[in-house]
Amino acid sequence: MSTVTTPADTLGGRAYWAVADCWTLVRRTLLNYRRQPIAIVWQLGFPIVSVLLYGFVFGSAMRVPGGGDYREFLMPGMFTMTMAFGLMNTATAVVSDSGKGVVDRFRSMPMAPSAVATGRGLSDLLVAAAELAILAATALAIGWTSDGGTGPTLLGFGLLLLLRFSLIWVGVWCGLMVPNTEAAGALYAVIFPVTMISSVYVAPSLMPSWLGPVAAWNPISSTVTATRELFGNPGADGGTWVEQHAVLMAFAWPLVLTAVFLPLAVRRYQALSR
Amino acid sequence: MHEHAVLAEGLRKRYGKKNDATHALDGFDLAVRAGTVHGLLGPNGAGKTTAVRILATLLKPDGGQARVAGVDVTRDPRAARARIGLVGQYAAVDEGLTGRQNLELFGRLFHLGARRARTRAAELLDRFGLTEAADKGAGQYSGGMRRRLDLAASMILAPAVLYLDEPTTGLDPRARGEVWDAVRTLVAGGTTVLLTTQYLDEADRLASRITVMDRGRAIADDSPDGLKDRVGGDRVEVVVAEHADLPAARAVLARVAGTDPRTDESERRVHAPVTDRVAALTEVARTLQREGIAVEDLALRRPALDDVFLRLTGQEAAA
Ligand SMILES: Nc1ncnc2c1ncn2[C@@H]1O[C@H](COP(=O)(O)OP(=O)(O)OP(=O)(O)O)[C@@H](O)[C@H]1O
Ligand SMILES: [Mg+2]
Repeated sequence: MSTVTTPADTLGGRAYWAVADCWTLVRRTLLNYRRQPIAIVWQLGFPIVSVLLYGFVFGSAMRVPGGGDYREFLMPGMFTMTMAFGLMNTATAVVSDSGKGVVDRFRSMPMAPSAVATGRGLSDLLVAAAELAILAATALAIGWTSDGGTGPTLLGFGLLLLLRFSLIWVGVWCGLMVPNTEAAGALYAVIFPVTMISSVYVAPSLMPSWLGPVAAWNPISSTVTATRELFGNPGADGGTWVEQHAVLMAFAWPLVLTAVFLPLAVRRYQALSR
Repeated sequence: MHEHAVLAEGLRKRYGKKNDATHALDGFDLAVRAGTVHGLLGPNGAGKTTAVRILATLLKPDGGQARVAGVDVTRDPRAARARIGLVGQYAAVDEGLTGRQNLELFGRLFHLGARRARTRAAELLDRFGLTEAADKGAGQYSGGMRRRLDLAASMILAPAVLYLDEPTTGLDPRARGEVWDAVRTLVAGGTTVLLTTQYLDEADRLASRITVMDRGRAIADDSPDGLKDRVGGDRVEVVVAEHADLPAARAVLARVAGTDPRTDESERRVHAPVTDRVAALTEVARTLQREGIAVEDLALRRPALDDVFLRLTGQEAAA
C-alpha cells in the first residue's frame, strides 16, 4: 500500500500545499493548452476578426470624437473585450469540471481546498496574459502603437489583467450556477451586449442620449477609456465625470466586482456540500 | 485495524427548503466490515448516491454520524479524505489530458510528489490495461476505458475505503468484467469497497454483504444468500413436455414439497419451494419417471436477487 504524505497539519505545511496544489492545477491548464494550442486561437478569433472587420471594413465609416485613427481607437477596446470574454473561459471550465465530477473528485481528496479557486484564478490570469501578448503583437503588426511610455503602458496592461481578475469570480459564480456547458454558452447572450454597450467600438458621446451614460458607466468602458489614456490612443477624453476619472474607475470597478462576486462564488462553492 | 471500515448511524439528509417534507436519507444505518465488498441496492431515488456522498465528505448530513476507517467524516473530513477513494456516477477525468497526465495530475494532488506520481501512474495504467492508450487524449477513450481510468485515479493511494457509485453503468459485458477484476484485486490488497449498483448480478457476484435501501432507510442487511432465503429459499422447478401432464406433475411436486406449487400454464411449468434440496430433487425425478411423465426440464433454482429486491422494495415480482 502506498503511504500518504498527509499535509502536515501545521500552518507551514498547509501553506506549502496550498501553493503546491495551486501550481499543480495551473500546470493542468497549461498542459491542456499545450495539447491543444488551437484552443487559444479560437478564443482570440473573435477579437482578431473584429480588429480586421471594424478596423479595415467599417473603419473608414467610424468616427472618433476629437479626431484620430479608428484602429488606434479600437485596439484598447479589443484588449478589454478579450478580458471580458475571458469570463466565458472561466465559467465553461468551472461548469465542465463540476458537471463531470472532477470537482467532486478534488473535494474528496486530501488536497488544499483553496487550490481549486487559486489554481483556476492563476491559470486564467496566465492565459489572459498570453492572449494580451498575442493580441498586442497583432496590433503592432497593423500599425497600433502605445505612445504613453513604458510605465503607463505597463499600467494599462495591468489594469486589463485587473479587470480579468475580477471577472474570474463572476465566471466561477456563473459556472457554479448553470447546469451544463451548453447553458454556460448562453452567457454570451449577456456578455455580448454588455461589451457592445460600452466604449469598446463607439464613444458614448456619439450614442443616443439615453444610452450614452449607461455605456459610460459600464465597468468595461472605464478600462477601455483608461487604457486609451495610458496608451496615448485617441478617444480617451469624454465629457462625463466617469470618463474623466477613467484610471481611477478602472481600479474601482474591478475591486467592487471582486468584493461582490468573490464572496458569492465562495458561498456557492461551499453550498455544494449542503 | 477497525472491525468496521464504514459505520453510519441515523444519517439524515434533506435537500433544499426546510419545509420540504421528503428526506433523501431518513435515519440510514450502515456497517461495512473491513476488507469486504458491501453492496448498496435500492430503486432510483432511494438515497444511495446521497449516502455515498456523505461518506465521501462531499455532503454534510443534517443528522446522524458516520465514521470511515475510524475517522468521523464530519468532524475531520481532511483525515477522512486521505483514507478514501471515490468513483462517482460520471467519469471524473480531464478529457483534454492524456490518461497518463490525468493519473499524474491526481497523484500530485494526493501529494505523492512528481517522481512517485509518475511511477504510480505507470503502474496503474499497466494494471488497468491502458498502457497502450496511455498517451492518447482521454477525450478519445471509449466509455469502458474512461471508466477504468477513473477507477485507476481513485486507487492512486490504495485507499482504505473505496466508494463505487454505479461503476459499470453503461459498460459492455467485457468492460464490466474488467472493472470487477480490478475491484477484486483491490480487495485482495486490503481495501474495503462500498458499491452501489443497478445490476443485481453485480452485487451478487462481488458483494459478501448487501444493504437494501428504500426511501432513505436501510430495509434489509444480509449476505446475498441470506437475502435469497428470505424470499423462500430454493425451489424445484419442473417443465413438462405435454400440457396435459401439468396437473400430474403438480400433484407430484405438491406431495414432495408439502406445499401448494405455483403453476405457469403458458410455459408448462410448476415450481415449489423445498427445504431438503437434493433429496427433494431426487424424489421428484424418481416419481415423475415412475409415473411416466415426460419432462422437458427439471431443476433446482435459487431465487435471483431480483426477486429479493422487488419483494423487499414492495413491488411485486413479475411471476
Ligand atoms: N441535489 C439535489 N437536490 C435536491 N434533491 C436531490 C438532490 N440530489 C438528490 N435529490 C433527491 O434525493 C433523493 C435521493 O437521491 P439519490 O440521488 O441519493 O438516489 P439514488 O438512490 O442514488 O438514485 P439513483 O438510483 O437514481 O442513482 C431523490 O428523491 C432525489 O430526487
Ligand atoms: Mg445514484
